[in-house]
Amino acid sequence: MEHIAQAVDPFVFRLSIFVLAVFVGYFVVWSVTPALHTPLMSVTNAISSVIVVGALLAVGVGMISSGSGWARGFGFVALIFACINIFGGFLVTQRMLAMYKKKSK
Amino acid sequence: MSANLSALLYLVAGVLFILSLRGLSSPASSRRGNLLGMIGMAIAVGITLASHPPADGVAWLLVILAVAIGGSIGAVIARRVPMTSMPELVAAFHSLVGMAAVLVAAGAFYAPEAFDIGSPGNIHPQSLVEMSLGVAIGALTFTGSVIAFLKLSARMSGAPIILPFRHVINIVLALALVFFIVGLVMSGSAFDFWLIVILALALGVLMIIPIGGADMPVVISMLNSYSGWAAAGIGFTLGNSALIITGALVGSSGAILSYIMCHAMNRSFISVILGGFGGETAAAGGGSGEQKPAKLGSADDAAFIMKNASKVIIVPGYGMAVAQAQHALREMADLLKKEGVEVKYAIHPVAGRMPGHMNVLLAEANVPYDEVFELEDINSEFAQADVAFVIGANDVTNPAAEEDKTSPIYGMPVLQVWKAGTVMFIKRSLASGYAGIDNPLFYRDNTMMLLGDAKKVTESIVKAM
Repeated sequence: MEHIAQAVDPFVFRLSIFVLAVFVGYFVVWSVTPALHTPLMSVTNAISSVIVVGALLAVGVGMISSGSGWARGFGFVALIFACINIFGGFLVTQRMLAMYKKKSK
Repeated sequence: MSANLSALLYLVAGVLFILSLRGLSSPASSRRGNLLGMIGMAIAVGITLASHPPADGVAWLLVILAVAIGGSIGAVIARRVPMTSMPELVAAFHSLVGMAAVLVAAGAFYAPEAFDIGSPGNIHPQSLVEMSLGVAIGALTFTGSVIAFLKLSARMSGAPIILPFRHVINIVLALALVFFIVGLVMSGSAFDFWLIVILALALGVLMIIPIGGADMPVVISMLNSYSGWAAAGIGFTLGNSALIITGALVGSSGAILSYIMCHAMNRSFISVILGGFGGETAAAGGGSGEQKPAKLGSADDAAFIMKNASKVIIVPGYGMAVAQAQHALREMADLLKKEGVEVKYAIHPVAGRMPGHMNVLLAEANVPYDEVFELEDINSEFAQADVAFVIGANDVTNPAAEEDKTSPIYGMPVLQVWKAGTVMFIKRSLASGYAGIDNPLFYRDNTMMLLGDAKKVTESIVKAM
């Protein structure tokens, strides 16, 4: 028997996630209080460093082809950069947020 | 670990990132939000290491080494950076995200089998499209952020650098970029890949150098957005939902912040991008203003008036942060509160050098966040205030923005300090502000000028109390 429905390209699913996440981002970010816009920028910095997953893949490749060495090198540097951002971004955000205090009554 | 399980866990990480931004809707929930973000990151790293473990001992060593180096640099920076330097730190972080995107794409290009996108020299065309978009935006973010970093940290002049035919050059570069992206998809050649990187790096520099220092809050938000889109591009290549979700979140976050900043400066996004603003010196300020006398006051007068007031609204600007006057200012506010005076702070969206910067600086000086109000929430209260205490701010209080149709800042939302009983201005001199525009408020009857260094003047007011 032939399949009735054609398989959907995974790209379409990724695009759906992307488009929906843009809308989620739009509504979530408008609800961020302006007083916290600087921590917002530093925390978005930290989370966009989830690109670290790509760096881990690149640095961990098996040495099977001539390109593998290059991939490891690029991955290594990318991993350093991403880690600076992850640790720096989350910790500086934490430091800032710890300063926000309510009026003592 | 099965592919389905790891895909689900990446989704969990993505949701945690959404919740971490959601936490920022109030200072009370923000700390938990930041923690959720960290957990999301740990999950993402954990799944990657579990599902695609480094191939051999050397690879593990490299991973540990890189995390140790990067982690300790990041931790030290986060601990040491002064809050006044947050804008340049964020710009530097953006540049790292951009460069990481380029390097990850390069890694994927040279070892496509590790990323499940084909074999060397035979990468799926669709992956090449996604990859080249990620690379181009990443490279552009990198150099753009480096220039923004140099301008913000005053290692480079904030004045716009206008090249002849710059629009033509930019368009040619952009077209060449598109051409080589198509070339890369057709041929899969490394030459095209690196040409894309080089062209995008050049475009990043050329896009940011013509933008003046005054527009940096917009630029930094815009680069925030770009770093997100670059991450999303790489997310498509890797087929990783955590990365796609995060890229989309960060991309839209930066875009919204750019919009808010543009709106606060009454500038259109296009005119900021085209650049050239903020270079012209105070040509407009010369004429009418200077013959009029300004009323100068002393610290004793200021202390006396404020002690006898019932409501004081403090309007801080970046000048206050430069003079490091925030602690003296908070001391003054504490003394006033002891006298029974109601004290509030009014923040213009562009009071600092990046979105929300002034709020952080006040929070650092132990100013409670529930005494700090945004422009639209407090503007109606100036009429009931006895004193508006303007310290280190100028253009954001300029009534010309509402009254003078010929003023370059006409239409910009401003804090209506002139409606208060008395306006006190702490300024170094009667010179015009950042945008080079004369402020007619200096010469009004209910204005008292306190000339001098913001910190010293505030300290002498504190003494006089």
